[in-house]
Amino acid sequence: MFPFFHQLFFLKMADEKNKGEFMKKENTAGLLSFLFMGLGQFYNHDWVSGIVLMLLEFMFIFAAVSGVIYNAFWGVITLGQTPGIQGDHSIFLLINGLVVIILFFLFFIIYYLNIKSAIASRKKIEELRLHTGTNFSAESILSHNYNKYFPHILMSPSFFLILFFTFLPILFTLLIAFTNFSAPYHLPPGNLVDWTGFDNFKKLFTLDGWKETFWGVLAWTLVWTITTTVLNYFGGLGLAVLINAKDIKFKKFWRTLLIVPYAIPAFISLLTFRLLLSGPGPLNSFLVNTGLTAEKIPFLSDHTLAKITVIVVYLWAGAPYWMALMSGVLTNISDSYYEAARIDGASNWQQLINITVPMVLFQTAPLLIMTFAHNFNNFTMIYLLADGNPQNPTYKQAGSTDILISWIYKMTLEKQWYGMAACVAIIIFICIAVIAIFSFKRTKSFKDEDMI
Amino acid sequence: MNKYKFYKLIRVSLIYVILTLLTFAFIIPSIWVISSSFNEGTNIFSTTLFPEHPTLAHYVTILTQTKYPIWFFNTFKIAVMNTLLSLFLTVSTAMAFSRFKFKGKEISMMTILVLQMFPSMLAMVAIYVILYNIGLLNTHIGLVIVYSTGQIPFNTWLVKGYLDGIPKSLDEAARIDGASNLTIVTKVILPLAQPILVFVALQNFIAPWFDFVFPQLILRNEDKWTLAMGLYQWIQARAQTNFTMFSAGAVLVTIPIVILWAVFQKYIVEGLAAGANKG
Repeated sequence: MFPFFHQLFFLKMADEKNKGEFMKKENTAGLLSFLFMGLGQFYNHDWVSGIVLMLLEFMFIFAAVSGVIYNAFWGVITLGQTPGIQGDHSIFLLINGLVVIILFFLFFIIYYLNIKSAIASRKKIEELRLHTGTNFSAESILSHNYNKYFPHILMSPSFFLILFFTFLPILFTLLIAFTNFSAPYHLPPGNLVDWTGFDNFKKLFTLDGWKETFWGVLAWTLVWTITTTVLNYFGGLGLAVLINAKDIKFKKFWRTLLIVPYAIPAFISLLTFRLLLSGPGPLNSFLVNTGLTAEKIPFLSDHTLAKITVIVVYLWAGAPYWMALMSGVLTNISDSYYEAARIDGASNWQQLINITVPMVLFQTAPLLIMTFAHNFNNFTMIYLLADGNPQNPTYKQAGSTDILISWIYKMTLEKQWYGMAACVAIIIFICIAVIAIFSFKRTKSFKDEDMI
Repeated sequence: MNKYKFYKLIRVSLIYVILTLLTFAFIIPSIWVISSSFNEGTNIFSTTLFPEHPTLAHYVTILTQTKYPIWFFNTFKIAVMNTLLSLFLTVSTAMAFSRFKFKGKEISMMTILVLQMFPSMLAMVAIYVILYNIGLLNTHIGLVIVYSTGQIPFNTWLVKGYLDGIPKSLDEAARIDGASNLTIVTKVILPLAQPILVFVALQNFIAPWFDFVFPQLILRNEDKWTLAMGLYQWIQARAQTNFTMFSAGAVLVTIPIVILWAVFQKYIVEGLAAGANKG
């Protein structure tokens, strides 16, 4: 017992003594990396990381000296100063400026990590030397870092793509909402775009015409989202229940036929419906010829009827998706629940309401909420089927069936009022983001123990 | 007992009647389009369900007058590239989120999921300028990058949910046996995740056959168009005036997709259910 204690005591003494040494070496590594990226890594004999980081810093210095960074900030702040075809192009200045600024911030994050990892590596090296007496090798440090940053390496391709193809466009739109970027007087090339603060938002909420359009379209968007989501969901559930009912034969046959609308590209089926339901279209001539109705029915040209038509057609196109999904979910519900219910004398209907529906709802809740968000922005349906028409004369550039997203489309592509469109897009985004955060937080993917 | 059998007969036949009616409602537009594509003439009214003189003339016209074969090949190429790149991106990201611990895991997952909810209509201006700057405008690679970036958040969430169901003890056992991170990911976990990977692959293979919005933004040359975009332009111009031709085009664009569906229906239904369960 005694000699063991004795040894421990001396080890502890050595530890205390070495700690000061340790800190010194750690600080040296950190300081070196602070002075110039990669120097601390060289000090740690981690040549590969050192060279890569040094090259990065050289690139940064080059960008700073050559004025790239200055120009980027200048471009974003002024949006160009020389008008005319040969002059500054505000939009290119803004987007290219944003790219540089994002890279600029990224550089500082890497710079910070470079100092941190130089210190951490040094600490590891010294610990290794103290406790095992062995010296470190350059490879072992590299492989230690490789293992430590493995998840980051895995994610980096996706990170960069999302940064430039998802995040940057959103940032751009956010900024555009505070400019007067619009036809005809503020459209590059030839004209400059200026920062205008909250003017667009003020216009949207206070100006006659804009105000009515926004609230009107928003109300219809909400009605559309809620009705279609609920109808499609329970429509699909109904279909799945029918197919999976006891004693029904050829389940696969029915399922394959009913899934047809989901397999057809929307632009085909919706254009077909548009023709089928048009004023002089075949459905109307059939109805009139057979005497079922006296006059042609304005499926897509009456303000109220058009709204009902798009909802019904979406039920046709959307229910099969839920049917396919629910078929899978239904087969996963254990038979024992139904048997227990039957023994207690529950009718088929009671079994459906008290077992099937709650079980399915519980399992598909996250997807249901996501579909809600999807339908809020279901551009294809509205645009291809009705084009947002019939025109509503009291609205600014919007028709009776237009939802917010198709209104945005019309503002950007038909009128090129980018500033106002961006303004509406941001409002949509905030609504959707709140729903999304709420729903994803509740999903299992977020609830595993690792996340806490 | 007789009474019970009678009720059962009523119930089953009622379901069959409803199913038949519903199925009819769901497939009649498709049948109408298919049959009119074999009709002579151009008129929407003169088309009959069973054409008197069935003709393939419209199909011949489309196949010879448009660049259908080129568009078909382009779409196939884009679909394959998109499948590979998307799988790589999704799997590596989901793997990091599911199998490793690092700072800011939850917040970064939430951020990308929320970001993808942004209406992409306005993002297009920025995407256009970025692709222009890096010289990928009017290229298939540019289109593939846009597609595969767009699918990352949702599919990562889906695959991560599935991977979480694979016991972590497998990783630990392999790690004790001296396997590296990369080996664990590729040799231990990936084989077990096959069903969800097939689903993600299929989704990404099918997407380019449907989409006509992004090709219009990115692809300028007719020779580079995809099938959906080319035929969309072609049939949109003829929808009002030449209905039979529209129908033939519609059938031609749908056939490859329906074949894919028929072959992989099992995986799609399974994958949808997996998304629902694991979510």
